[in-house]
Formats: sequence, structure tokens, C-alpha cells
Amino acid sequence: MTNYIGKSVKRVEDKRFITGQGKYTDDIKIPGMVHAYILRSPYAHAHVKSIDTAEASKVPGVISIITGADIPEAIAGVPCGWQVDFKNGDTMKEPPHPLLVRKTVRHVGDGVVLVVAESKAIAKDAADMIDVDYDVLDAVADPKAAAQSGAPLVHPDAPGNLCFDWELGNPKEEVAAALAGAHHVTELDFVNQRVIPNAMETRGVVAQYDTAYDKYTIYTSTQNPHLIRLLMCAFVLGIPEHKVRVVGPDVGGGFGSKIFHYTEEALLVWASKHLNLPIKWSSDRSEAFLTDAHGRDHASNAKMGFDKDGNIVALQATTYANLGAYLSTFAPAVPTYLHGTLMQGLYTTPKVNVDVKGVFTHTNAVDAYRGAGRPEATYLLERLLDLGALEMDMDPTELRRKNFIPAFDGVEQEGYQTQVALQYDSGNYEPVLDRALEMVGYENFRKEQAAAASSNKILGIGFSTYIEACGIAPSAVVGALGARAGLFESAQVRVQPTGKVSVYTGSHSHGQGHETTFAQIVADRMGIPLDDVEIIHGDSDSVAFGMGTYGSRSLAVGGSAIVKSIDKVLEKGAKVAAHLLESSVDDLDYADGKWTVKGTDKSVSFGDVSLTAYVPHNYPEGLEPGLDFSSFYDPANFTYPFGAHVAIVEIDKETGAVKLKRFIAVDDVGNVINPMIVDGQIHGGLAQGIGQAMYEGALFDDTGQLINGSYMDYCMPRADALPSFEIDRTVTPCPHNPLGVKGAGEAGCIGSTPAVVNAVVDALWKAGYKVKDVPMPMTPERVWTAMQG
Amino acid sequence: MIPLSFNYKKANSVDEALSMLTEDSKVLGGGHSLIPALKLRLNSVETLVDISKIDAIKGINDNEKSVTVGGGATHASIAANSALASAAPMMAEAAHTIGDIQVRNMGTIGGSIAHADPAADWPAVLLAADANVVIKNKDGQREVDIDQFFTGFYETALAEGEIITAIRIPKTGFNSNSVYEKFKQPASRFAIVGVAACGEMDGKTPKSLRIGITGLAERAFRPMEVEKALIGKELNEANIDAALGNIADGVSVMADHYASEKYRTHLAKVYTKRALLRLV
Amino acid sequence: MKHKISVNINGKQCEGEVEGRELLVNFLREHQSLTGTHIGCDTSSCGACTIHLNGAATKSCTVLAVQADGAEVTTIEGMATNGELHPLQAGFKEEHGLQCGFCTPGMIMTAADLLKNNPNPSEHEIREALEGNICRCTGYHNIVRSIQHAAKNMNGVTA
Repeated sequence: MTNYIGKSVKRVEDKRFITGQGKYTDDIKIPGMVHAYILRSPYAHAHVKSIDTAEASKVPGVISIITGADIPEAIAGVPCGWQVDFKNGDTMKEPPHPLLVRKTVRHVGDGVVLVVAESKAIAKDAADMIDVDYDVLDAVADPKAAAQSGAPLVHPDAPGNLCFDWELGNPKEEVAAALAGAHHVTELDFVNQRVIPNAMETRGVVAQYDTAYDKYTIYTSTQNPHLIRLLMCAFVLGIPEHKVRVVGPDVGGGFGSKIFHYTEEALLVWASKHLNLPIKWSSDRSEAFLTDAHGRDHASNAKMGFDKDGNIVALQATTYANLGAYLSTFAPAVPTYLHGTLMQGLYTTPKVNVDVKGVFTHTNAVDAYRGAGRPEATYLLERLLDLGALEMDMDPTELRRKNFIPAFDGVEQEGYQTQVALQYDSGNYEPVLDRALEMVGYENFRKEQAAAASSNKILGIGFSTYIEACGIAPSAVVGALGARAGLFESAQVRVQPTGKVSVYTGSHSHGQGHETTFAQIVADRMGIPLDDVEIIHGDSDSVAFGMGTYGSRSLAVGGSAIVKSIDKVLEKGAKVAAHLLESSVDDLDYADGKWTVKGTDKSVSFGDVSLTAYVPHNYPEGLEPGLDFSSFYDPANFTYPFGAHVAIVEIDKETGAVKLKRFIAVDDVGNVINPMIVDGQIHGGLAQGIGQAMYEGALFDDTGQLINGSYMDYCMPRADALPSFEIDRTVTPCPHNPLGVKGAGEAGCIGSTPAVVNAVVDALWKAGYKVKDVPMPMTPERVWTAMQG
Repeated sequence: MIPLSFNYKKANSVDEALSMLTEDSKVLGGGHSLIPALKLRLNSVETLVDISKIDAIKGINDNEKSVTVGGGATHASIAANSALASAAPMMAEAAHTIGDIQVRNMGTIGGSIAHADPAADWPAVLLAADANVVIKNKDGQREVDIDQFFTGFYETALAEGEIITAIRIPKTGFNSNSVYEKFKQPASRFAIVGVAACGEMDGKTPKSLRIGITGLAERAFRPMEVEKALIGKELNEANIDAALGNIADGVSVMADHYASEKYRTHLAKVYTKRALLRLV
Repeated sequence: MKHKISVNINGKQCEGEVEGRELLVNFLREHQSLTGTHIGCDTSSCGACTIHLNGAATKSCTVLAVQADGAEVTTIEGMATNGELHPLQAGFKEEHGLQCGFCTPGMIMTAADLLKNNPNPSEHEIREALEGNICRCTGYHNIVRSIQHAAKNMNGVTA
């Protein structure tokens, strides 16, 4: 029965992509379609005094020019999906996020005027002729600065620019007392800089209103079409959900940035009916820099206390988290429940307190980006551990071992209850570190490093042993934590009369390869050929419901929902088979696509049972025809992948240029369905995590302008910036889902960043520069400056 | 992604192109400086005169005293040219560092120096090479010594209505011993600092020495004092270090978010030293 | 003013009328419905729009459509012959060189230019050759393997 699971089956979706037949949103053309361009604010904070569209409306080919005043008052804006309240019980500040601004622009790129024309070129030409008179106001882009008294206010009803002030873990006094009694305290001020997801396909929307059926169709570059439909229908436009079809077609990467319900989606849908025309909007890259939700952007202080043997005694973390000007769909959850809850790490730290202030600034929204909160937590912990080891002159791997939570499988041994709300499902942490050290050749490396310490090219090694919570999420748990929706997943397994199988999943693939891995599960469990299975996703008219793909949830949650439906299909199939075989269900075995009467050669195939189920003339009494089941799966817990990442760097002492020489990653993502695809997910995550450490970072000036908002300035790693990765796995199955899987999409991005920075600090430290931190991204100048003392 | 409207005119010869040029027009060569600016509407033009189809200015000719590189020669064709490989190896070395494969296939040397981006590679190389720029206008042809060509920030000696038809690289003892060292801005691939150096050597001592530096200042330049200080002196670390002190004298050093004035100046020294040591 | 152009695209002569300012990528996508060529940026940086113009890898976002008049253009749609995948296309599938697929056409077109000029590239040469193509999904690891796979097959050695 294991023909497919665990094998590197080549991806079935590849054919359309390698031949240029993928269908992304901007590839979609509808007869009569017109084009939208959105004129955006060039200022981070200003009052709109007047908008003169007279000249623009004369441009031949212009169809309509719409400002905020043209949009009905009842359409207040797009909502937030998560509520995180103040620690004193006050409600989170939740200012409206209008589709187009009416009076005040709050970030560069805030939408001001929608121009609809026969072509995008005409729309853009016309937009250039619109004269918006702004009264420019002071702006603030940095979260810590925004929280200081006297800072320009983003929203008048959010004093101090505070959205929430939140805390988790042991009481602060207890943590302070433990730190006071510590043998050594390692303390660092961190900036986990803002990074820009930069999916290679920019966002786009095509919206159409059909008067004949009173129905809307919207194609949008999204990670979760159903959630967009729900939010847009119920909370923005007030249109009936059954009259809206949302399709997430082929999507060119998301990394979190395409989870959220963006203003352009609702704006285009509204305009498509208002004008009774199909409309397309596709974001330019420059526009994407200013309108996509960004990630990270934390300013933190953290203290980790150790006893004289190196045992961690306490951790205090204090963070200012930038939320941007408006609350994006998941924004409040990221720096709180996806960040504070991970502060236990892999360690037995007895006292942990996390204090997070969510702050509004005059910048575009900050929300989930690959890892979402967990990379920030990991960065903080793992930087403190490597730095603590340097300060205490201990080996960083030994320091970790001392503090690792002992192995537990979640079956024989209970899950591990942390100080910060979570209960880890299963874990076995030493083997990943052992394997990584073996791959590195650790002893040898330290010798090479010592030999190079006095040369012009110094070497360093950095570690990161991370844990993350994914498989998002147990609905009751997240509900208690402020989520306004449960985070289960649905799946329908529809067996066709000929025994071919169509699977409808609420997960959405935008690179993850679900069309292959999900089919592997189905083919394996049902004992049928892979070619007999098709995975359908991304269309609210064919898939009943879904919560989409993010938080490394698709396999653990969406895959488990499929398993539930498969079980139902096989259970009913067995009844049909028993009838055909004139046997009883208990006497049947199911294997290799057929039911066999135990101990005989009497059998009936899956195909025959399927046909019988649909077109019966000989059918069990009391059993309904059909072989088609839907299921909803709500996970019992998060899943907790973990791993050990090791970076080896070489620094050119004359220039400060860092070369990443090797990167070793040993991850434990539970059971693996398709090793090739899991490897690919790890590779991609590593590149993004390394990118943050070495190259990426949004830079805002004092007026709130993004000063590196293009690919000429914002650097993502290219092929020549990265080595081939050295990766391996251990397997600690998840005890609470039927596949034993944990999730692999974010692991690479969560673990890698601190390993790289730690390696640079290690190189400098061992060469005699007692540098505690090099701010990310570690550009050559920053490293060189650190060496100048 | 959509330029403002303009008139497009394709020229089949340099003379035809010259006849099409007016004060409101621009020349389209490889297009890899101009089209990106037009797409972002950072620049606009009434008429674009396309010279990219004129074969006469694309060739690289090996002459007795020089190699003549057509203004329309692409970076890729320069990188692959055998005459230049021996006459001025820094040409191929620099060409390889420009942009990427696709950019090198289309971008031209004439277009690059006419644009005169202060971080572009060719200006440094051509300054070091003691090149001559061959320019045509309606009245005929003129040649400009490269030392007089780059006049300022995105400014050159090229006048309105003129087209660069060729660049002459003299076959000299210094050009045949030449190198290019570049510290790239990793996103744009432009030079934070690029140093072209060439010198005719007598053992470890240069009889002649020319250095071109790009990226550091508002225009590419030759650090004359450094050249002077090192001609006739052994190229070793100590002598080079002593000569590099005033590398940025008389120029206004650029700064941006990636590299400050101080760091850029430091890099210029490091990269000049690296280039010079390779001449030995 | 519109210009009549005639471009040989993937072996087929295609006619069109374009404004001077129209980019080649737009002509391919909007006029010819060849949407395999993608637009990933507006600064000629990402390489998603890479095609072959007269045999050389070119960013079709940085060429005017009118400049392609009389030229030969190959796009990703023209890489397979008689239904058989080009070795690079096969290599990308075999070695999992793509995830979301958006950068893939450009990657394949650039790699084809590399292998034409250098049939046996080292890993270092492959990585350098891809400097004008950005992938956000794969970390390039398997893209390198895919090109190596294709190089072996194109040289008659079974990968």
C-alpha cells in the first residue's frame, strides 16, 4: 500500500509551467475587459485637499475615474481577522481601512483614485494628469519611534500609535528576579528588519459582474480564495456569498503576502458592477513594493540569564512590532501568538516573559511573511544562545544540549507544556544537532577557523536550533487567542463512476506541489494509480470551502481532511463490495485497489464498486448510491517541526564582504510524503532566511518614503550569492494527525537567519573583534564598520 | 511599465539617423539604459531614433594601431572578441561583469558611455585605456580624447544631434597588461567601485600606468596623483598604500544606502590595490 | 502613430500593429496571447520575461515591439518540438527546478543561451549565468541541478 507515499514522485503540475501554459491572473482575458490603474499617494501622511480629474477624464479611452467620495459610505473598508487586546483588557484599536482614502493618506501607496480605461496605458496616462492637492503632514515609519510621546499619530483614535500592548508567559517580576539571580545575563537590542515578500508574480485582480445571473466572478492572485470571498462578501461589500465566485488561479508565489484580503479585490468587484464591465488590475513591481504587506519589522530588547553551568534560568523579551498604517488580515496575530508563544524554543527555560507592543506607523501593512512571528522568535533566542556561549566561553552546541527539552513522542510520553501557552506535540532534539555537526565536520572546522584567524579571510560558524508551531491551527485554541475564524480545512473526495477520483481541497497551491503530494496520498490510500487522481483547488464554485494555504498547514490540515474523506469512501465502498461479493464487510480486506474476501481469491475492484455505487441495478438495500464524501478536519494541536541549521561564512577583512560558504540544515518535519518536494521547500525557505540575514531590508526615510523600492535597490539573493545547500532529515512523526506530518514550508526560513548572523559574529569574535551584533542585512559596510570598533 | 508616448523612427544608416535627430529626440542604441528609464516614466522623449539596426556600427575591427569597437557593439560581443582579449584584456573582464547575460546581449558600449552612469563600468575601462571616442554629427566626424569625454554627473562631451559611432582602443604596452576589479551592488549589479588598471611593466615596476575608477564619484575619473606616484616604483603593498592616500582628492564622493562616502573611499583603495597588484 | 510589424515567433510569421512605446513582452502577451513570457518587475532586473531575440537571450521588457520587426523570436511556448520537451524543460521537471513556475520560462530561456555558448558549464558558471533571473521559490539549488541534467542529456550522456 505504499506505492507513492515517501517517494520523490515528479510533479504533475510541472508540465503546464515548463511549457508556458500556466494561467496566472494577468494571463486571464475576458471579452470586453477594461483596465484599472490606481493613483496612489506619493506621501506617507497627508490630507487630500482636492482632486482635479477634469483633464484626465478627457483622455480618449478613459471610461471612469473614481475617488473615495464615489464609494458608498456603507463600504467602510477591509477587515482584520484577528483581535489581540491590551493586557489591561482594553480592546485592540482597529481603525478602518478604506478601499480608497476619503480624506487622509497614511502611507506612500495608499490608494487615492481608481482610473478605468480601455487599456492600462491609457489609464496610466490619464492618472498622470490627475492633480491631487495634498496638505503634507509629519510621518513616522519606525515602530519604536512611533510609540514615543509626541510622534505623529497615524490614527487619531489610537493614542501613542498603540494598537495593542500585550504580554504572555510568567509574571515579569518572577522573570526579573530570576535574571537578577543569574550567573550571567546576555542582553541584546535587536532589529528584526522589515523585509518584502516579493513573490515573483505581482498581485492582480480580474473582476466581472454578470447581469444575467446577478453573479460576480473574481480571479485574484491569492493563497486562500474562500477566505477572500467570505471577508469580502460578509464584511466589506455586503453581497450574498452564493453570488460570488472567487478563483485563485495559478499563483506565482505568495510567502504569506497573498493570504490577506486586499483593498484592490473589493474595489475591483465593486467597480465591476458599478460600471458593469469586466476589469483587470495588475500591480506593477514598484506598486507592489508600496502595497503588498511586508514582513517582520520588530525592534526588540532581550535578556537571557544563565546559571554558572550554562543552564538558562530566564528569558525576558520586549518588542515593538510595526503593524503599518492599517491592520492587515492576520497582522495582530503575527507578533503575538505566532511569536511570543515560541519563546520557549527547544529549551527548558523555567521563566519566560514576552511583552509586545503593536504599533501603527505611516507605512504599508506588515503581516505574515514566510514563518510569520516564528522567525523573529527564533532569531531572538538563537542569537542570544550563540552570543551567550561566546560571552561565557562555552561551545554553542554544548550550551544548547544542556538546555534541550528531553525527547518525548507525544504518545508514550506527554507533550511538553511550555511557559508560553503551547504544548509541543513530539520532539527529539539532540539527533538533529548531532547529524548537523557530523555533516559540518565540526572539529575540523574549528581547526580551519583557528588557522585562518590571522589571515585576511576569516571564518565563522553559526548555529540555530529552532522549533516552530505550524499546521495552523486548532480552531478552539486559536479562537481563544483572538482568531475570528476557526482554521480547519475541508476536502471532498469524489469517486467518478469509472473509479477515477477527483479531490477538491480547500488548500491552495502556489508552488507547494499539492497536485502531486495530495494525489500521492489518495493513490496510496486507495491503491489506485496516481494518474487516476486529480486534485482540484482554488475555485470557490467547485470547492465547497477552504481556509487556504499558509502557516505550513496544507498537508497537516488539508491532507488530513483528505484522509478523512478517503476513509469514508473506503468504508462505504466496502459495503458495496460486500454486497457484490455476497460477503460481510468484516470479512473483506482492501489492498491494491480491490476488496478481497479474506482467505479466498474472490475479489471486486475499486472500479467495479465505483460503477456499482453510481449506476446500481444490483445494490445493497438501505444504502444510498454515490461515492462522494466531504470532510472537515480540525487539528487537535499545532504541529512542531524543529531542526538544526549551521552556517559557515568567510569574511573579507578588507571589505567586510561576507561569503556564505556552506549551509547545513537538518530538519524534522515529521513524516514525509514526497522527499523531493520537501527538499525544495527547505531550499526555498533557506534562501529567504539567508536573504534576510545578508541582503534584504526595506529602508524608509524620515518622511516615510521607501528608499529601496525596486529590484535595483532591494536585493534578493541571486543564484551566485548562494551555495548548494547540504540538507538532511530526522523523522519524529506528529502524534495527532493521521499522516504523522508536521509541515515544511516555513522551516527553512525560520531556522536559517540567526545561523548566518551568528556565523558572522563568531568569525569576528574569534578573530579578536568582540562584536555582539551586526545589524541585518549584514551588508559589507556594516560588517566592515563593526570591525572598525 | 508603460512609457509615455513617443514617435519611433528606425534609422538604417548613421547619416539617416543624424538627419532624424532633433533637439527633442533621443538615440536608442541597445536600449538598456534608456528603456528602463522610459518605462518608469523617469524620462520621456518626443522622438526616439533607433540606431540598433545599423550594422556598420556594431563591428569590432582589429587595426594596426588600435582596435576599433563600434558604438553599437554589445557587451557580449566585446566579451567574446579575440582581438580585444590580447590588446586590452580588461575589456572582456569588464564586459563580463556588466548586468547579466540578457543585458550583455543587448546593451551597447556606445549607449553606455553616452548615458554616463556614474556607476557604469565602461567609463573606468576606457579612461584607463586612453581610448578615443569617435563621434558623428551632421557636419562630419570628430574624435574626443576619453579624458575630455566624461564631463559630469550623467554628462558627456556628446552634443545634441551627435552619435557615438566607435571607440578606439589603442594597442599599447599598457593596454595589453590590463585588469578590471569590481565591487558590485548586489541588486543592481552596478559598481559600488570599479577599478580598471593598466600598465606596461618593467619587472614589477610600471613604465606607464593608467587607472580608471567608476562608482566612487559623480563621474568616472583617473586618480592622476596615484598614477604619478607609482610610475617607476615597484608595485608592492607598501608603495601602493602610500600612493592611495589621496585617491579621492578633487572628486566629490557619492553615498547611498548601500555604501557611505567613507566606505566607498575605503573600497576604492582596496580595489585599486587589488587591481594594481594583478598588473605585476 | 502605430507601426506595422512582422515578427517570426516560434517559427510562425506574426503580424501586428503597435505603438512605438509598446514593449515586446506586451506584444507577445497581449497581441499574440503568448502568456508564458512573464512580467516580474519594471526595472529589467528579474528575467521572467526572457525570450530569444535572433537567438540571444533577451529581456523582452527592455525591447520595443517595433524593434523586433523582422526578427526571429523564440518564447517558452516554442521550446518543445513536436510535442517533445526541450531537454531543459525535461531537466526542470526531473530535478524539481520549479515551484510556483512564474520565473521558470525565463530561467529556461536564459539557461538555453548559456548551454548554447557553454555546453558543459560548471556549477559556478551556471550560477553566474543566472544572475539576471530571480527565483523566490527554489533557492536556485534545484535550478542548478536541472541545468546540469539538461547539459548532460544535450551532450548525449544520460543524466
